[in-house]
Amino acid sequence: MTPAIAFDRVSKHYGEARTAALDDVTLAVAEREFLAVVGPSGSGKTTLLRLVNRLTDPSEGKVRFQGEDVRAQDPILLRRRIGYVFQGVGLFPHLTVVENIGITPKLLGWENSRIAARVDELLALVHLAPEYRGRFPNELSGGERQRVGIARALAAQPPVVLMDEPFGALDPLTRDALSKDYRRLHETLKLTSVMITHDMTEAVLLADRIAVMHAGRVIEIDTPRALMAAAKHAYVRELMQTPRRQAERLGALLSERRP
Amino acid sequence: MLALTLYSMLPVLRNTITAILGVDPAVNEAALGVGMTKRQALFMVELPLALPVIMAGIRTSAVWVIGTATLSTPVGQSSLGNYIFAGLQTQNWIFVLFGCVAAALLALVVDQLLALMESGVSRRRRGRVAFGAAGIALVVAAALAPSLARPPGAYVIGAKTFTEQYILAALIEDRLRAVGLTVSRREALGSIIVFNALAAGDVDLYTDYSGTIWANEMGRTEVLPREQVLAEVEKWLKERHGIALLGTLGFENAYALAMARKRAEALGIKSIADLARVAPRLSIVGDLEFFSRPEWAALRNAYGLAFAAERLLAPDFMYAAAAAGEVDVISAYTSDGRIKQYDLVVLEDPKRAIPPYDAILLLSPKRAEDSTLRDALKPLIGSIDVALMREANQRAGDTTRKETPADVARWLWSRIEAKPR
Repeated sequence: MTPAIAFDRVSKHYGEARTAALDDVTLAVAEREFLAVVGPSGSGKTTLLRLVNRLTDPSEGKVRFQGEDVRAQDPILLRRRIGYVFQGVGLFPHLTVVENIGITPKLLGWENSRIAARVDELLALVHLAPEYRGRFPNELSGGERQRVGIARALAAQPPVVLMDEPFGALDPLTRDALSKDYRRLHETLKLTSVMITHDMTEAVLLADRIAVMHAGRVIEIDTPRALMAAAKHAYVRELMQTPRRQAERLGALLSERRP
Repeated sequence: MLALTLYSMLPVLRNTITAILGVDPAVNEAALGVGMTKRQALFMVELPLALPVIMAGIRTSAVWVIGTATLSTPVGQSSLGNYIFAGLQTQNWIFVLFGCVAAALLALVVDQLLALMESGVSRRRRGRVAFGAAGIALVVAAALAPSLARPPGAYVIGAKTFTEQYILAALIEDRLRAVGLTVSRREALGSIIVFNALAAGDVDLYTDYSGTIWANEMGRTEVLPREQVLAEVEKWLKERHGIALLGTLGFENAYALAMARKRAEALGIKSIADLARVAPRLSIVGDLEFFSRPEWAALRNAYGLAFAAERLLAPDFMYAAAAAGEVDVISAYTSDGRIKQYDLVVLEDPKRAIPPYDAILLLSPKRAEDSTLRDALKPLIGSIDVALMREANQRAGDTTRKETPADVARWLWSRIEAKPR
């Protein structure tokens, strides 16, 4: 089966910079896979994501979307076929919840009635009550904004959703609820999802596979279980310490409580 | 008008650019990310978000323009400044106050209407935008109404920036009305501006002075006998611009140097030649254009004049300053009533460095052959001698009499009529 997204020896240099933002990355994301991308700041995670919908073009190598080279596609049309949840949400502050969610369908020229029906559907999907319809982003809480951001990304029924730290800067409860909700959507809507996160526990709990990036390279990619058990890289082992330690402590705490 | 438009573009443009550049880059990225074209991103996201700042720029420049337009009277635009400038000239403080207060109110009203539109746009209340736009439209309509209402066939009388010109404009207006012509006036125009307006036909007639045309417009520096200057000026006006010199009014309003009588006697000064000897110890005050006029250059060259201090002052205050001893020498106008009022002496010009300044009636090219106009003005030709004009100027300048230039013009006409011809 053709992967949904494939990177083939992709490098990206910004301007005259000596070090590459992305250095010879080869990577495939299968249809309906949920891939988490982790790694320190500046390791190239966001660049990787932006290459898919041509917010950036590669310096070398090829990026394929559903088997086709993205360079051969109109970036505008490509972006309308790919959901994108931005770091810090990036809602349009001058548009209401309804207008924010309906923006891509509107750009695609959907009829108003179809857009309205789709927006209602999406509000229900991300658990937002209908009274939010006319509100502006500054009237929403952080969690509500993230939900609107996800609804906006899903509006035009894209097969692929790219997410750049979608649940960052949320309180733990909201974060947990939202990430669970998203995983459910990923299943029911048969999506392919790529999510950047800094939270290893989140990556382990949500993703089918985790790609670990360092200095522009993907240094290891595997299922959470495999990475937890036997990571090859020292840096990856160190990263996986955190969720493991958390799991052990929680386990210990829970067993103490038992009578 | 064009100048003001261009002038006001700068803050609007600057704010627009600043505002668009100031839009959060994350929002810009989102606009592209959801699949907008560059153009869609500009119109759907960047401009709407930049709007409050853009509107702030428009408000700033609107207030600017109103302030600047008020000061546009000397370059020939009608504005609230007409009241201020006319009021300053004729010492009518009610006029000055009215002009200032009206301009300030206009600025405030326009600013508030724009603010209303701005809040309407940013909160997306159509009602506010509509109300604000309607208000602005009303203000613009009210501002344009007088100029649109001006009858197309009206004769426009020009006047420069001093009392004598206001009196003469009022005098001419009365004569034209007496024969049933419609008339409007454009006053407080600078010398060069009123001349250009006449040549272009924006002003139909006004009174100028032969020496002004000779020196300013023709660029001549030599001094010839008055008849010869007049003849050459008439010929030049006709050939170069098609302007008709209808005739002389009968008096001369020349530039001259004047001193307080006591001071002049104490120093033993009768002529400019006498003055040149002691000038390095004295101070001189000129009106706003005097030191840049060719007459001043001619005087300096002819007599080798050099003063200890040169200052500028509005004509209205020069005479009093000389009388009070605040300054030794002033640039006076020979027909000014205040020479007599303040007991000043006009210094002789033995080398005749200053050209003659006969008051002349000029008609624009399109009115040059207008016989109704010519006939209506005929009684004024050669009818005002310098003593009469000086008295008229003195009456208008005398604040205790409270006579407007129009009142003085009527008095002047009664004297002209009473005079045996």
